[in-house]
This record gives sequence, C-alpha cells and structure tokens, in this order.
Amino acid sequence: MNNKLTTALQLGLINCHDCRQLVPVQQTKTRPNCPRCGARLHQRKPDSLTRTWALVLTAMILIIPANLLPITVTTTLGTKQADTILSGVIYFMQTGSWEIAAVIFIASIFVPFAKLCILIFLLLTVRFRSQWRPRDRTSLYRLTELVGRWSMVDIYVVTILVALVKLGAIADIEAGPAAVYFAAVVVTTMFAANSFDPRLIWDVLEEEV
Amino acid sequence: MSRKPAQHPVLSSSPSPDNREPSRQQNDGVVTSETDRLIACHDCDLLHHLPDNRTTTLLCARCGAVLRRRKPATVERSLAWITAALILFILSNSFPFLAIQSSGLVQETILLSGIHELWKQGLHGLSVLVLLTCVLVPLVQMLGLLYILTPLQFGRTPAPYAGSLYRFIQELAPWGMMEVFMVGILVALVKLGHLATIIPGISVFSFAALIFVMAAAFASLDPVLLWDHLDLRR
Ligand SMILES: [Zn+2]
Repeated sequence: MNNKLTTALQLGLINCHDCRQLVPVQQTKTRPNCPRCGARLHQRKPDSLTRTWALVLTAMILIIPANLLPITVTTTLGTKQADTILSGVIYFMQTGSWEIAAVIFIASIFVPFAKLCILIFLLLTVRFRSQWRPRDRTSLYRLTELVGRWSMVDIYVVTILVALVKLGAIADIEAGPAAVYFAAVVVTTMFAANSFDPRLIWDVLEEEV
Repeated sequence: MSRKPAQHPVLSSSPSPDNREPSRQQNDGVVTSETDRLIACHDCDLLHHLPDNRTTTLLCARCGAVLRRRKPATVERSLAWITAALILFILSNSFPFLAIQSSGLVQETILLSGIHELWKQGLHGLSVLVLLTCVLVPLVQMLGLLYILTPLQFGRTPAPYAGSLYRFIQELAPWGMMEVFMVGILVALVKLGHLATIIPGISVFSFAALIFVMAAAFASLDPVLLWDHLDLRR
C-alpha cells in the first residue's frame, strides 16, 4: 500500500465540484446533493469520456465548413470578394499587417486545431490507460481550458466590422456562413474541455499500485 | 486496499472521528471534523491535510494545481471592485463606442446598438452570442456578487439563494469574454484603418478599464471563505 499518496476516491470521499467540500460516498446514497452548497455530487464527471468524445467529434465536423466557407463577403464598387479565415490571414501578410495576420492565425487556426489535438490525445491516453507523464498531461488540459476562449477573437472582429461598415456606408461587409460554423466550433470545444475530467489521467496510477 | 477512513494512513495520524468533538457530529452524519481538515485536488483527486495557518498558498504536491490561496479582506475588497465595475459597465453602455468618419460624415454607435444592428441583418446567433458573452454574463456576475456580498459585509445572514447564485456565477465564468472582445476591437480598428477613420469613444476606454477591474474583483474573491459563509447547513 502506498503510504504517501491517497486520493479522495480511495477513501470513499467525493470532492464537491462547486465548493470543494469532501462528502462520504455512503451519504450520497440517501442525499445525492452536497450538504454545503447543494450541488449534485459525482465521484468523477458523469460520462466524461463519452461526452467529450461526442463534443470533440462534433467540433471536428464543424471545423471543416468553418475553414472552407467564406467568413466575410466584401462588396466594393460592385465587385464581390469572399474571404475564408486562411485567405484573410494571407491577405494581411501580403499587405504588411503581419500583427493582424499573426493574431488571426493563432486565434482562429492554431488554437482550435491544437485544442482538438490535445483533447484527442488526452482521451486516447486515458482510454489506453497510459501512465506517461500525468503531470504534463494535466498541464496540457489546463492550457486547453485557459486558451479556448481566445478563439472568439475573429468572431468579434467580424461582428464589429459588419456593424461598423454598414453604419459608415463605405463598403459592404457581410458575415459569411463560416462565421456561424466557427462560433459553433469555439463553443463546442469549450464544452468539450469542460466535460473532460483530468482526474481520469491519475486514476490509472492508483489502480496499478 | 481499505476503503474505511479509520484504517487509512492519512487519517490514522489523528484520532478517529468517533471519539473526538462529539458536538460536531450531527445525526445525519453530514459533518465530520476529519473531512473538514482535508482538501482534495480538483485536478488529480489527491488528498492533502489543511495547514493550521491559513496565510500560505497551498499547491497540490502531485500535479501542481493551486488548492487554496488566502485572500485578505476578501468581502470588502471584492465589494469595492464590483461597485467600481458596475459604474464602468454603465459608462461603457451609455457612451459612444466607436465613431466612423467617411466623406465628412460622422456616425456614432453604442455597444448595444451594434448588437441590435447584427440582429437586424439576420445574424441572430452571432448577435445573441456577443450579447451574452460581452454584456449579460458580466452583468449577471456583477449584480449577483453584489447581492451575495452586501449582506456579508454588514455581518448579516446570507441572502436567500446566495449559495445557488454563487454556484451559477462560477459556472458562468468561462463565458464572460470581455477581454477577448477588446482584442477584437483592436484588430477591427487596424483592419478598417485604410477604409475610413475610426475614432474610439469614451466607452472603449471604460470598457478596457472594466476588464481590469472585473479581473481584480474575481482575484480578490476567496471562494473558501465565501463557502464558509454561504454554508446551507447553517
Ligand atoms: Zn493535484
């Protein structure tokens, strides 16, 4: 028996997700809610792997139209120009505003793909009961939680442009269909990160001891 | 592996719950003094003993997560920050956000009318998303915390449903995206720079200040202390 490391699960305690109160499992058979804050208690997030897989797969499907369809359609002097996320990045690189190109590339292309890759990696390592660097994998998980929201930048840029340009009547910018798909990708991946339980990474270690 | 608390090494250092402080043992077994002295890591489930002095930051020995961080004068400070945030929020929503100048014509817009403009153009989903993440979520967080903290500041009993409301506010936290919106404004300003002259309004500056004030409000909030006050068992 390992004397140093003991988890709440091993002691038959549930860590309340909302207020961090420890509650004995036996008690939840009569009262399934936390006595301190009233939240529903679970030893691990319910159906964590299934839910996360479902949300990750949904995001993987949505990310295809989000990148292939136009995100903005600009009409200047009768000519229409449709831009995808990537063609927008290339346009700004060519016109010399590399800061904008970098912001949009990182927020709209790199972060969503990296986030999906990390989540799939975490899901697979948990599924195959890997014991590889649990601490680093937990850090990766925290990173996905922290960084996901920043993908919304491009959505905000598009909405501000659409609202402003209509107002100024200089040109006509419309949000393309990709804007909605892309917003859906951001929201689904945020829910996916939220439904993954990082404690599953560590549970294997205790079972092996 | 034993699953009985009394036989486990972590708990064997202190007497079993049956022969100490019987007054804390309630009939329904809701509270035991043992579990109150322990804290489990939210990221890896490892149990830790709570240190007696609450001045230190407690990190998880195994995965490095922050388990507990002491915040001095938490109620007063958060309340002060939230009051400031509410004032900035009102400013941000009543003054012009951006003005656009083209061919001698100046058009001003406030944040909410911009969102309304999106709705009129048929982008219902996007306008609801912006309204939620940049206006409603921060507003609910501020008003909710004001409602929870004010009675505590004056030493009264917590307001009704304060606990459930605080849980809701915690759940909302990832969906408040004012700082992301601010970066969006900056990018849009540069993008449109060659098409027209865009003048940032008072609102943009108060919005930027609001982001920092809200961050300070949440940073000065001590959830552990708050839950001690909001305990449903009291
Ligand atoms: Zn930990």
